[in-house]
Amino acid sequence: MTATVVTATVGAVERTLAAPTTGFLDDESREWLRALRAEGPERDEAVARLHTLLLKAARFEVARRRPTLQHVRGDLDEIAVEAAADALLGVLRRLDDFRGASRFTTWAYKFALYEAAVKVRKRAWQGREVLLEAEGWEPFADSGLGPDAEVEQRELLETVREGVHSVLTPHQRQVLIALAVNGVPIDVLAERLGSTRGALYKTLHDARRRLRGHLGERGLAFASVEEK
Amino acid sequence: MTERRDLNQELGRILGPDGPDIGCDACFRELDRYVELELAGADADAAVPGLRTHLEGCPACREEHDSLYALAGSER
Ligand SMILES: [Zn+2]
Repeated sequence: MTATVVTATVGAVERTLAAPTTGFLDDESREWLRALRAEGPERDEAVARLHTLLLKAARFEVARRRPTLQHVRGDLDEIAVEAAADALLGVLRRLDDFRGASRFTTWAYKFALYEAAVKVRKRAWQGREVLLEAEGWEPFADSGLGPDAEVEQRELLETVREGVHSVLTPHQRQVLIALAVNGVPIDVLAERLGSTRGALYKTLHDARRRLRGHLGERGLAFASVEEK
Repeated sequence: MTERRDLNQELGRILGPDGPDIGCDACFRELDRYVELELAGADADAAVPGLRTHLEGCPACREEHDSLYALAGSER
């Protein structure tokens, strides 16, 4: 997603802007589209307003994630500024994808939030080692569980651990352990492995299905306790 | 009790949610519609099946969902 956004060319942007839009739009969204597809100063003014909107959303996201960036030196606002610039290209390139399923501003926000969130995750993990092996989950195997109610969960855990080594491919094992055991953010892992969020999630999903199947073959099942 | 919940959460992170899951790309595509339905009090899960499950299994998409919900929600 990010790569295509960043490498957007002016030509692609202008082709997108020339194409028609269908669907039912609220007045404000229709006005955004009209102005962004206009020519000259009117379009420039709309692009500037859009940029302001995206910068606000990117700053909102960086502020929300500030606790994960406490050890990071440098200007955090740069993250928001870069995210807004990338999001602006993304929104303009994909203007035809907007079908009025939401307000235009909500649709545009998601690009800025996405770009900012990805950059924050990468910055927070810059220089940190990404573990693909299971060091991270050894401690909780010996977490002093009580004897009764925990017996079933311990059996589940042992079977899962065994399944990780017996039913997963090496790639599935690395991805599952990095993401689900060691807590590496998916965008950080995608960058280190030269992959994408979508592809890694697919791998994670397949690995999880195999592990659930492995539990099922042993007459076990896991249903998570309601999180609150 | 805390230990049990911790272990349950660890297992939950490893095994993920059960059921249909639309994946990251479709999640991004549908996110604005889903969030506005939620904000309107409509049945977002019926309109976009599999997105909620995805949010339970994908912390990154979950964070972005929560941010969009908070940001769009702050403007109504
Ligand atoms: Zn996702």
